[in-house]
Amino acid sequence: MITLTDVHKAFGPNGVLQGVNLTIPKGQSMVIIGGSGTGKSVLLKCILGLVTPDQGTIALEGTDVTKTERDTFLARFGMLFQGGALFDSMRVWENVAFRLLHGAKALPKPQARDIAIEKLRRVGLTPDKADLFPAELSGGMQKRVGLARAIAAEPEIIFFDEPTTGLDPIMAGVINTLIREIVTEMGVTAMTITHDMSSVRAIADRVAMLHDGLIRWTGPVAEMDAATDPYLQQFIHGRADGPIESVR
Amino acid sequence: MILARFLAALGRPVLAALAAVGRVAFFAAQTLRHLVTPPFYLREFGASLLQIGWFSLPVVGMTALFTGGALALQIFSGGSRFNAEAVVPQIVAIGMARELGPVLGGLMVAARVASSIAAEIGTMKVTEQVDALVTLSTHPMKYLTVPRVLAATLAVPVLVGVGDSIGIAGGWLVGISRLHFNSATYLKNTTDFLEFWDVGSGLVKGAVFGFIVALMGCYFGMNSGRGAQGVGAATKSAVVAASVLILAANYVLTGLFFTS
Ligand SMILES: Nc1ncnc2c1ncn2[C@@H]1O[C@H](COP(=O)(O)OP(=O)(O)OP(=O)(O)O)[C@@H](O)[C@H]1O
Ligand SMILES: [Mg+2]
Repeated sequence: MITLTDVHKAFGPNGVLQGVNLTIPKGQSMVIIGGSGTGKSVLLKCILGLVTPDQGTIALEGTDVTKTERDTFLARFGMLFQGGALFDSMRVWENVAFRLLHGAKALPKPQARDIAIEKLRRVGLTPDKADLFPAELSGGMQKRVGLARAIAAEPEIIFFDEPTTGLDPIMAGVINTLIREIVTEMGVTAMTITHDMSSVRAIADRVAMLHDGLIRWTGPVAEMDAATDPYLQQFIHGRADGPIESVR
Repeated sequence: MILARFLAALGRPVLAALAAVGRVAFFAAQTLRHLVTPPFYLREFGASLLQIGWFSLPVVGMTALFTGGALALQIFSGGSRFNAEAVVPQIVAIGMARELGPVLGGLMVAARVASSIAAEIGTMKVTEQVDALVTLSTHPMKYLTVPRVLAATLAVPVLVGVGDSIGIAGGWLVGISRLHFNSATYLKNTTDFLEFWDVGSGLVKGAVFGFIVALMGCYFGMNSGRGAQGVGAATKSAVVAASVLILAANYVLTGLFFTS
């Protein structure tokens, strides 16, 4: 369980997070929705400690994340970055197997490579892509390599920042199914950012909407359609007119 | 009021400069701490050694060759004013080994290596690859900074040694072909005169300059601003800072080594 209490983060005068309170239950899939530029990516980075919150606490199973041992904390996480963030000096399989090849419990190369190829297959990439460099792949393929890297070491908690943007509908479906499988079969806690409402319905146990630096609405996905919050309704139906301004 | 504003305007850049010095010193201290604590990334170290040491050989060699040659011509023409043309071999050797080998070699490595390190790490920073390293339980200082700094500190003295030899050879070449020195006498004068510390001090300088070059590349890369412009600015700052620090460190080290 991850608990965020009154988390604030500003970049200069730009107050991005202004008191976020949110609980992500263990073994569930939480989807974060919200307009572009509202701070969804910043929120994930705050939990991982890549961005330091100005105020507030973030706790993992009750212990403050700033007080836990960094290495053991990070070893429990996997993260897909919005831009992929693949290491461009390494081959695709070395990217996927990075965590398996480094650190205290490093595997021998052939074994790590086999695992990498298996993970690539799970995100719909054929083994012949394994020896290419990231720059030789299309945008959507890079995204899927990033996804394979996030799940490669089978972490307990995985963050997906827009896993299906840039993918065709079929591949998006494959990825949605994969995320759902990881959560239900392996008991992973997942936190996914997406703009795609069909992904939300396919992936989510719970949904949280971030707007104006606050969690505007949160609840089980089944209750989302019936919720009366005008911001949420405007967002899920993609209407141009409503309380959320269209120029931000 | 005006005085206060004047003092404030005077103080602000001084404070900013001091803060920058503090940050660099902190970065250097962190690098040293990570240097002695595991894990160590040997593959990264090997790759850096190849990149910084081996691939810098041509540019350092060329620099030394032409410098040694020009030095021989200058000393010959200058020395002729007081009938001291014969000291060409000795002065070329001492000049190359103590000053020109390490300083020019260091500056060439700064141009070549500080820029490429800053651009590479800066790009990794702005494309979130550095953040990705962290999430994969890998400390960026250990994985990116330590191998490069260690490789440069070890490789640049070797480059300086090679550069010294090539520079002295350049002087010898000019000496026998244009200045009518006898080859055997030239070489004998060089080897008889040169003391161990002439060369040794240059190698120590080389190690310090290598440390400076890689440290500046890593520091400015890690602190790169956003986007292509940020990486460009980081690259420029790395080369400028490395070059100025090399020249400053050279003055301090020369004072330390050769004034008693
Ligand atoms: N390192 C940073 N420095 C300064 N401002 C930043 C930084 N990172 C994010 N921001 C600002 O924080 C705000 C939120 O950014 P964030 O990337 O979290 O948006 P997002 O909700 O993920 O949007 P999108 O859906 O478009 O990805 C933006 O206004 C952005 O300009
Ligand atoms: Mg984002």
